Amino acid sequence: MTSAPPAAPPRPSLLELFITFATISFYGFGGVLAWSRRMMVEERDWLTPEQFNELYALCSMLPGGNIINFSVIFGSRFRGVPGALVAIAGLLGPPMILILIIGAIYSHYGDLPALRRMLTGIASAAAGLMMATVAKMARPLFSNSRSIAAPLIAVSTFAAIGIMQWPLPLVLAVLIPISIAVAWVRL
Amino acid sequence: MKSGAGTLLTLAGFFAILSLFSVGGGNSAIPEMHRYAVDVQHWLTDRQFADTFALAQLTPGPNLIIVALVGFRVAGVLGAVVAMLAMCGPTGIAAYFVGQASERFKGKTWHSAISRGLVPVTIGLIAASATVIATTADYGWTAGIVTAATAIICYFVRINPIWVFVGAAVLGLAGVV
Repeated sequence: MTSAPPAAPPRPSLLELFITFATISFYGFGGVLAWSRRMMVEERDWLTPEQFNELYALCSMLPGGNIINFSVIFGSRFRGVPGALVAIAGLLGPPMILILIIGAIYSHYGDLPALRRMLTGIASAAAGLMMATVAKMARPLFSNSRSIAAPLIAVSTFAAIGIMQWPLPLVLAVLIPISIAVAWVRL
Repeated sequence: MKSGAGTLLTLAGFFAILSLFSVGGGNSAIPEMHRYAVDVQHWLTDRQFADTFALAQLTPGPNLIIVALVGFRVAGVLGAVVAMLAMCGPTGIAAYFVGQASERFKGKTWHSAISRGLVPVTIGLIAASATVIATTADYGWTAGIVTAATAIICYFVRINPIWVFVGAAVLGLAGVV
């Protein structure tokens, strides 16, 4: 059911990898997931929506930062170890330089009310962008499966963590095996 | 600001271990980071930690960048680099090998079941964290409108979201949000 990779998959160069992950990072106010999906799926056509979902899901279940793991696996898939290093450098280099500058300015001027107000505006928009992204990611779940099992698991996870605020390890320990079993049966 | 080798080693050790426990992404490691940096090591005060968190949120890039800022506060630029390497190095190497293995087993039934099975859970988790972000402090009804409008625009219109962010920043600056 997963769409097979295209006959001649576009193979990003090292420079393209660096620029893409630096761009994702640079735009990524309030999280980089939305921008990763936009770049990978909507702009560059490097991954199909299903491929993006599966790769991102794998990365978020591994220890460490999701997008950092994502950059390592994605970069290495196309360009081996150099690809992984270039992707992670693009993702982390620019924000590290930026945050050290902002941190230095901040420790001089304390909190700037204007900056804080702007950030409140951006934070509200960032939450909305994340909702739009999760809605897009959920689309294949509804269109590709004839059963309601997968959407039901997504909604249960959301309710358990987002509403009930149950402990994450417990929720994952229960729902992941169920979800894998469901996927297995339906293969 | 003390930057002895001992401090750098403590930073590296702490973040390397912390990274192993940050599963499920995003801000799952923040409470433990707060406990260790504020209560155990007294690197930062409570208020400084809250400000550091806010700064990291508003800086573009992965939210994990807070690790660099904590390292910076403790031991300058070297501290920032050491903390970030410790946080991303070991787990990055692990991800590399998992990625390789995943390519090798592609097509096997159990591999497809696992890859596909993780997706709905992850989508539920992302939806939950979007809600958490949307329900943090100083969040009034005008901010709610900005959030809803952004969600609708970005879902239905193929616009570069950065323009929506610019608009939201202007509204915030004007004191509307």
